[in-house]
Amino acid sequence: MSKEKFDYFIKGEKGKYEVVIGLEVHAQVLSKSKLFSGSSTKFGADPNDQVSLIDSAFPGMLPVINEECVKQAVRTGLGLNAKINNYSVFDRKNYFYADLPQGYQISQYKNPIVGEGKVLLDMPYGSKEIGIERLHLEQDAGKSIHDMDPSNTYVDLNRSGIALMEIVSKPDLRSPDEVNAYIKKLRSIMRYLGTCDGNMQEGSLRADVNVSVRKEGDKNFGTRCEIKNVNSIKFMQMAIEYEAARQVELIENGKEIDQETRLFDTKKNETRSMRSKEDAHDYRYFPDPDLLPLKLEQKLIDDLKKSLPELPDKKKERFIKEYELNVYEANVLVSEKEISDYYEEVAKLSDKKLAATWMMGDLFAMLNDKGLDISKSPISAKHFAELVQSIKSGEISGRIAKEVFEIMVESGDNPKKIIESKGMKQQSDPKELEKMINEILSKNKDKVDQYKAGKEKLFGFFVGQVMKLSGGKANPQLTNEILKKLLKG
Amino acid sequence: MSLDKEKIKHVAKLARISVDEAKVDSLTKDLNSIFKFIEQLNELNTDKVEPLTSILNQSLRSRKDEISDGKIREKILKNSPKKNEEFFVVPKVVE
Repeated sequence: MSKEKFDYFIKGEKGKYEVVIGLEVHAQVLSKSKLFSGSSTKFGADPNDQVSLIDSAFPGMLPVINEECVKQAVRTGLGLNAKINNYSVFDRKNYFYADLPQGYQISQYKNPIVGEGKVLLDMPYGSKEIGIERLHLEQDAGKSIHDMDPSNTYVDLNRSGIALMEIVSKPDLRSPDEVNAYIKKLRSIMRYLGTCDGNMQEGSLRADVNVSVRKEGDKNFGTRCEIKNVNSIKFMQMAIEYEAARQVELIENGKEIDQETRLFDTKKNETRSMRSKEDAHDYRYFPDPDLLPLKLEQKLIDDLKKSLPELPDKKKERFIKEYELNVYEANVLVSEKEISDYYEEVAKLSDKKLAATWMMGDLFAMLNDKGLDISKSPISAKHFAELVQSIKSGEISGRIAKEVFEIMVESGDNPKKIIESKGMKQQSDPKELEKMINEILSKNKDKVDQYKAGKEKLFGFFVGQVMKLSGGKANPQLTNEILKKLLKG
Repeated sequence: MSLDKEKIKHVAKLARISVDEAKVDSLTKDLNSIFKFIEQLNELNTDKVEPLTSILNQSLRSRKDEISDGKIREKILKNSPKKNEEFFVVPKVVE
């Protein structure tokens, strides 16, 4: 890995400022039903169709916890190398909003289910550890729709009561790039674990971003602002850049930074104060009297630990050792579990290095172009392995392989069939090639004489003729060798 | 700890309880005497006592992850003061 130096600072007139960022990520737990009720969590249902009397806070309803959501939180905690707390408590976080029918959110305050952990990031300047402060379980709120009616807000409670994991980082992040790497890593770990689908478009992963700035070298933190509910990595990065610059300007003009909640306006690309949230920080937490403390048996935690899949960091190390990939290749190929599975299947049936190159080149380009996930790839891992094997064995050239690849995408046929039916096999028989080359040379005596007289550029012309005559199927390496030999003679 | 009139108004606002201005004085007096009573508890040394979150010495009851509820939109919306076929309708709240 190249040893670039970390260099993200905001340059003010009075010096350089370091940006300090902490994230509160809200990750929707993958479960069939909600945290405290039996309503479905499926995305995209008709409005208010997945709402029970509990989710809509009818009086007298009792919440009962979904055991799978608890397990999912423990799995995620283990994946973040975190301490799992055998004892945790659910609290009520009180605030008023139209999409929160209970008037409080059931969350965990003093005693979260998961304590401190860590996440490793691969940055161009080396590996960096980001501390996790805690992870707790809480309910999601409903959705307010403001643009369907000029004077009213419409409320859909389908999301109300779905389990969220709030993952709070330490203020260890220092740049928008690190935020990008951190979110992607969290997402990747949770997708491996199957605890969150990480789908940012559907709101399964969103974050509150805490930003402060301080003079380079300063040990104390500056006053922070919290930017609420940002739902894409790009917007997080833009919001951080804007907010850091705003804070530096305030400091340089001798003004104070108010600790406040801000909103990122994606149309204007700026953050602005959310005055309506001024009182909102007065949450008056207290233990929810409807819910007893959550006690976890150590055996349950140990069993979940044993059943965890191989996670990206471990898999990366293994890929580097087992498949002799470089760090970059390994990082890309373990980024999604489905990608790593595909790669392993291909590598086992063909050539590990060539498989990596072709996957990261042509296959990813095609998937990207068609907007497809690898799980929806029109080329199966088995067929892709056959293609790689055909290149490796010299049966087809790299150039022909690209053509075969295109046909595979269109037809879904296996490469063997395509190569045979279209007669695309590489011509690698030295005798055949020699015969063909002799023929070309005798037809172009004038050029041969010129070449021999020193016009060596003509070599390319001869190669071109061979390719033309063979329909691009002549083995390029062999063609070069034979041409050189015959032209010397 | 004592409560002043401003604190009383603030708490009332947070709880969305409308308090008659004329009643603020007597409310402040009442709540302060309640607080004073509760504060007697501080005379006890509780350094080594864990906070009690429940009087039942049991763990939380849980349920399996199954879909067993929902699809009762009509019933749910019945209690909405304003509504349409699909949504709760409330006065505009915009940031």
